Amino acid sequence: MEARPTGSRRAWGFLIDIAVFVSVFAVIFGLYSIGRSWLGPVKVEAEISQDPRSLPLYAMYSLVRILVAYALSLVFALAYGYIAAKSKRAEIVLIPLLDILQSIPVLSFLPGVMLAMVALFPSRQLGVELGSIILIFTGQVWNIAFSFYSSLKTIPRDLREAAIIYRFSRWQRFLELDLPFSTIGLVWNSMMSVAGGWFFLMACEMFVLGDKDFRLPGLGSYLQTAAGSGNTRALLWGVGAMVAVIVLMDQLIWRPVIMWADKFKFEQVESSGSAHYSLLNFIRRESFLIRMYRRMLHPVVDWLTLKFASGAKRAAETIAAQQVARSRRWIGWVFAGLGALVLVYGVYRTIGELAELHLADYFELLRSAGITFLRVNLSLLIGAAWTIPVGVAIGFSPRLARLMQPLVQLAASIPATALFPVILLVLIRLRGGVEIAAMLLMLLGTQWYILFNVIAGAMAIPTDLKEVAQIFRFDSFDRWRHLILPGIFPYLVTGMVTASGGAWNASIIAEYFHFQGRIVQAPGLGSTISSASDAGHFNVLLASTLIMATVVVLINRLVWRRLYRLASTRFKLEA
Amino acid sequence: MSSVITGVEPIIEARKLEKFYPQPDGQRIQVIAPTDLAIYPGQIIALLGPSGCGKSTMLRMLTGLSPTSNGGVYWHGQPVAGETPNVSIVFQSFALFPWMTVIENVEAPLEARGVPEFERHKRALRIIDAVGLDGFESAYPKELSGGMKQRVGVARALVVEPEVLFMDEPFSALDVLTAETLRGELLELWLGNKIPTRAIFIVTHNIEEAVILADRIIVLGRNPAHIHAEFTVEMAHPREHKEPKFAELVDQIYRALTRPDHPEATPAELQELEAAKKKRVLMLPHTRPGGITGLLEILVDHGGRANLHALADELSLEVDALLPTVETLVLLGMLKLDEGVATITSDGEAFAKADIQERKKIFRAAVLAHVPLLRQMEQALKAKTNRTLPAEFFQDLLDEHFSAEESQRQLETAIQWGRYAELFDYDAASGKLTLTET
Repeated sequence: MEARPTGSRRAWGFLIDIAVFVSVFAVIFGLYSIGRSWLGPVKVEAEISQDPRSLPLYAMYSLVRILVAYALSLVFALAYGYIAAKSKRAEIVLIPLLDILQSIPVLSFLPGVMLAMVALFPSRQLGVELGSIILIFTGQVWNIAFSFYSSLKTIPRDLREAAIIYRFSRWQRFLELDLPFSTIGLVWNSMMSVAGGWFFLMACEMFVLGDKDFRLPGLGSYLQTAAGSGNTRALLWGVGAMVAVIVLMDQLIWRPVIMWADKFKFEQVESSGSAHYSLLNFIRRESFLIRMYRRMLHPVVDWLTLKFASGAKRAAETIAAQQVARSRRWIGWVFAGLGALVLVYGVYRTIGELAELHLADYFELLRSAGITFLRVNLSLLIGAAWTIPVGVAIGFSPRLARLMQPLVQLAASIPATALFPVILLVLIRLRGGVEIAAMLLMLLGTQWYILFNVIAGAMAIPTDLKEVAQIFRFDSFDRWRHLILPGIFPYLVTGMVTASGGAWNASIIAEYFHFQGRIVQAPGLGSTISSASDAGHFNVLLASTLIMATVVVLINRLVWRRLYRLASTRFKLEA
Repeated sequence: MSSVITGVEPIIEARKLEKFYPQPDGQRIQVIAPTDLAIYPGQIIALLGPSGCGKSTMLRMLTGLSPTSNGGVYWHGQPVAGETPNVSIVFQSFALFPWMTVIENVEAPLEARGVPEFERHKRALRIIDAVGLDGFESAYPKELSGGMKQRVGVARALVVEPEVLFMDEPFSALDVLTAETLRGELLELWLGNKIPTRAIFIVTHNIEEAVILADRIIVLGRNPAHIHAEFTVEMAHPREHKEPKFAELVDQIYRALTRPDHPEATPAELQELEAAKKKRVLMLPHTRPGGITGLLEILVDHGGRANLHALADELSLEVDALLPTVETLVLLGMLKLDEGVATITSDGEAFAKADIQERKKIFRAAVLAHVPLLRQMEQALKAKTNRTLPAEFFQDLLDEHFSAEESQRQLETAIQWGRYAELFDYDAASGKLTLTET
């Protein structure tokens, strides 16, 4: 491997450098046009063009929104997870709160976020843009925060102790222990989050809020406009553009990042078949990017580490009589008191809002919750019904796995919302077509989680167990009952948990859609939330959001968490 | 105590150091009894004891990683709050950062002390060279063998030139040969004055390792942990296993480890101690009942009587490998132990010669006679009309006497024994114990 002539490698490195330079120019131009648009006056009801030629610009606008939202999510999630993991008192509040926040659909944040942002920048487009970005953010951030938190909680004791005994500063510990240990979880969750960003893009770029119609130029609004006016050609162009952007991102960003993250796998022995990715190797060894890092970023990081290095100072302090920071404790109490006041006020106002609704309204809301509950679980069942046999087949056959994995990954990366208008186009003419379409969207959005996990589970069943089944001539019923189902159970539960949460969140789009100049609507809690947000009925929005959050959290606690415990005790495959 | 060396100031000293967990009812679970211990310059000290006796907790308190419940740690006579200054630890699991190369791992502690890059690199290279890792600077830990990994661990510990080097079972994750090599290399660094370290404190459960390395060996007894015996080793290095003096010392330590606590107590005092012990819940050694059969059969082959040290040697086991099983057999009244010589009792002999079903019966009788916890469990199950209780019920009882981690292990052991004795069934999914009807 190392004997490869360096000439060709150099040439590759050179090409990559050129590509980087070109991209730098493109980025500069992009920043310029975005800056001009964002800092310009408010164009609330911007005309969304349906010309395919405007797609590159729109794609860039959307990409920038998603990336900025992702960057915000990452920073926020790191801070949130860090505080939750390091402070016992904060943990008590932050972790259950995370459960609840995760169960609130994007649109429920819409009125609050939009009104606040527009009020903040009343004369600039920036306000509306920030509002849209924050909406995307609310769909991306929570799982990253939870992943970081649980990684921090599982750092092995020895590593923690090594960091203490060698007197790492907090900064050094964060950089050399906390962050590397969490990298793999962060990468996978980032991928899921960004995929979620694409999924909810249409809802976040174009929406009605009371009497205001918000439209931001982008792929999501392009698709919605095309769907709304029934322009099939534009619709297909839009779907194509979105798929192209997602596939490019997958190849150029996520694949290399996953390969790179392999380095952070917490293993003491090198696993066989470690990932190899030639492009990454070139970038790593030769390129301008790495040299840039060495020359510019590395000295800064090193300087910071030394700046914060307090090993020597702390060594002296442990001898001097220890001064417990008691004086600072009252500040904490003041903050807690203020927090409690805000909380009490919030609860008081919420109750006020909720009291405006009649009992009949609540019955109606509960009825919609019941309908959505049925729809979500039916779609989960359908998802499980087809993914289990297919996933097991793929997982059991290495040949099939090699063939199918890339295809499945590609299919999974296309946001179902982009396909939704196309599906509606076909189904709208049928009786009950809206019902079928709603369930199909939930299914499209969530079945992949189940499929991926089932494949992983089937692959993890040890060969000797399969051989036992063969020797004792299990018929296929017994094989499924005694070997396959128990074997994939923990993976299946993991997939179903994610799918269930995703399906509830997707209900706001699946049950309520602007299509061909009218609103296509299936009864349910999701459509209640969407229409309340459209019409500006804040009390209905609040009540339905509370109900959805309660239902989702309850299902998690009562069903999924128990199954999860069962999976991790009884059905755990151990050596 | 014999360990006090007059005229020399200890580097680190523990005074009346103890560890306990206070309980809500005002009682406390004592993990380490008040202990005095001093680390003097120029010495290698080995802290020896059976696994789970509190050696690691002791090390963690001396280094300041774990807070003390009472008493204090002193560094050159000054009380320490937080981590003890100028010490390093070599971990059993190596505790290397897998995402950093060898040299990055070694440089990390220097970085924490604010040493600039050039200087850092120079010092790291010097120590990497000293421990024999030359040429592996840019390797990642996962590419290295266990022995190489622990060399990185040692290099990382030594690079900050610690005054005291703490080692927590540093060689027990390695194979026998590699461990032997690394011990030799450590001694070479130490005896050749190649490192500025002034004392080494090593925690181990391996008697021979202690005798090879240490100038002073402290044997820890358990329940709660306390200093059980202390030995000074005056043999010259290198110490050979075959030397008569070596074998004699190993034998002495072996006897000390298996000797009951308080050998010098008068009969009256002993009675008092027994009474106190009765009040406390008996601590079960963490063994599985299956293992006792093998040892008993071997003893029968030896005429019912054997020196454990010699037996371990004959079986090519590490000398301390037999201890938990021996402890279990003594507890069940199947074995008598006197100064390292084990004698099988009539119960033990009957058990060894019985068939599987018969063995279970004997085991059941022995357990009910000698293990109060299992007796209690059986009675509690009998008292219920449906003969079923959740395991948590007993967990709560144990929590009053042990730390959370230990009570979990005690319950697991008790369930293992109870199942083998066919006292009860245990359903892991529901966590319920059901009395076996006879």
